[in-house]
Amino acid sequence: MGQIVLENVVKKFGDTEVIPPLNLTIEEGEFAVFVGPSGCGKSTLLRLIAGLEDTTAGKVLIDGEDVTEVPPSKRGLAMVFQSYALYPHMTVRKNIAFPMRMAGMSQAEQDEKIEAAAKSLNLTDYLDRKPGQLSGGQRQRVAIGRAIVREPSAFLFDEPLSNLDAALRVGMRLEISEMHKRLKTTMIYVTHDQVEAMTMADRIVVLQGGVIEQVGTPLELYHTPRNKFVAGFIGSPKMNLLEGAEAKKHKAHTIGIRPEHIKVSTKSVKGAWKGTVGVAEHLGSDTFIHIHGVEGCDPMTVRAAGDVAVKHGDTVYLSPDKSQIHKFDDAGLRI
Amino acid sequence: MAIVAQNSKFGIFGRPILAWVVAMVFFFPIFWLVFTSFKTDADAVKPEFLFFFTPTLDNYLNMTENYDYWRFATNSVITSVLATAVALFVGIPAAYAMAFNPARHTKDILMWMLSTKMLPAAAVLYPMTFLAKGAGIFDTHFVIVLVLALINLPIVVWMLFTYFKEIPKDIIEAGQMDGVNTWGEIKEILIPLAWGGIASTALLCFIFCWNEAYWTVRLTTTDAATLSKLIEGNRAPEGLFFGRLSAVSAAAVGPIVVLGWFCQKQLVQGLTFGAVK
Repeated sequence: MGQIVLENVVKKFGDTEVIPPLNLTIEEGEFAVFVGPSGCGKSTLLRLIAGLEDTTAGKVLIDGEDVTEVPPSKRGLAMVFQSYALYPHMTVRKNIAFPMRMAGMSQAEQDEKIEAAAKSLNLTDYLDRKPGQLSGGQRQRVAIGRAIVREPSAFLFDEPLSNLDAALRVGMRLEISEMHKRLKTTMIYVTHDQVEAMTMADRIVVLQGGVIEQVGTPLELYHTPRNKFVAGFIGSPKMNLLEGAEAKKHKAHTIGIRPEHIKVSTKSVKGAWKGTVGVAEHLGSDTFIHIHGVEGCDPMTVRAAGDVAVKHGDTVYLSPDKSQIHKFDDAGLRI
Repeated sequence: MAIVAQNSKFGIFGRPILAWVVAMVFFFPIFWLVFTSFKTDADAVKPEFLFFFTPTLDNYLNMTENYDYWRFATNSVITSVLATAVALFVGIPAAYAMAFNPARHTKDILMWMLSTKMLPAAAVLYPMTFLAKGAGIFDTHFVIVLVLALINLPIVVWMLFTYFKEIPKDIIEAGQMDGVNTWGEIKEILIPLAWGGIASTALLCFIFCWNEAYWTVRLTTTDAATLSKLIEGNRAPEGLFFGRLSAVSAAAVGPIVVLGWFCQKQLVQGLTFGAVK
């Protein structure tokens, strides 16, 4: 249970078309991540699946059944919101019990499921507290607990970790990934953070302006981006894109090289690109070097393993790994 | 600015004095009303008894024994409570729909609702009277409840709309995802979250209903007559009997003043909601 199909789905707000005709299939048990910059339509798409927005045209199918006209309450999906959206007047226990109570489940069954959910989410000690007395991470756990107990055919996550601090975000990311492995339920996760997308997804859907730019596994997107947009969006730090003479040498309009595929040297190397260090970010395990003066790409970012002893103003020579150069035509498509 | 004002002489002495003066100006009519109600009709108009007189309870006894005060009071309670209930029953779903599912013309509808308050009541006096008589509902609780509910509905919807807008839409949507239907959303989520606002709205609506005089006087004769009608009925061809009139008026405003006293916090919150962000 849990295959979701979008057939020629269109969404307009007034005269503005935010989602042009779009087709997408999310397979049963898959962890799909919608990723893209702000305003790309990823949250709208999720809300169309949830039924919180009406489609202007097209169909939404869940397990083969057309649910386009079915209200959100009857679609059998669960959603976790960015703002947690807990019921502030109810305790954690009542929040988690709410969907079960609405479904008319017996009290004994409710209690059993609440205990199980609370145990798996480390919420047992907080069951009688109100949401206002919890930290951000705990609130998000309650929201997830409320979603789990419904046993939905799919979970929808709308940027659930955006309001958490960096450390908590990493922890919750792992918890959600583990939950997916354990439950094996379809999950659709919306984020603007490509690291979240890369680490969690079975398949990533990259969106821009309501249009799907590419769908693929994280490594497919990393190794063979379909166009310049995906190439620049996936990967951190982002891919360096060069135009001009250097690109022409490779018979392309634009070439792309990831920061980790460039060797940096302080000694002159034949055929290497020459530049001046702007900022060197020493992370211990890696050094991110931002270099000015390379023709066609300013600044160019290089990711060097370990601690590289360079500083502002140093002259460096950059040698790209030729096998890792991505080529794009003048329309921005991969050659 | 605020700190300077608090530390200045005006802040220390002027403000409390000004507050007392304003309070006295507002309170004086009530005080004088109650004061006069303990005078006889004859004493009430004599300048020599302006402040010094022999207090009497005759006016109050007369009111309850001869004027059937309790019947009018009961009618006031019935019509005000029912009209408030009807206004909320219609107003809550209306405000809910407009706050959480706004359409292109929602703002226009709200403005139109408010504009109906600008219609002079006298303009529709005759149509309303004929309609009530024609429908056989003149001088019934039904017509008073209907009219009171309708004239207060715009205020009720506006106030509730403002309160509901403060509730994050995500919470309502979470309810929808959790399998709640529209009525469930209102009952399980909206009402508990907006309880304070709904109570303030109900209180104000009740006060407006209780104090309404134009329609309650004109659409009733005896059966559904409220306290407004009782006060109005104390006008006699010989003139105004100030002692009696004051007692009746004091007994009419008394319950609402007491209610207002106990619910000051909610009333202020209700009246100033959204004024200060």
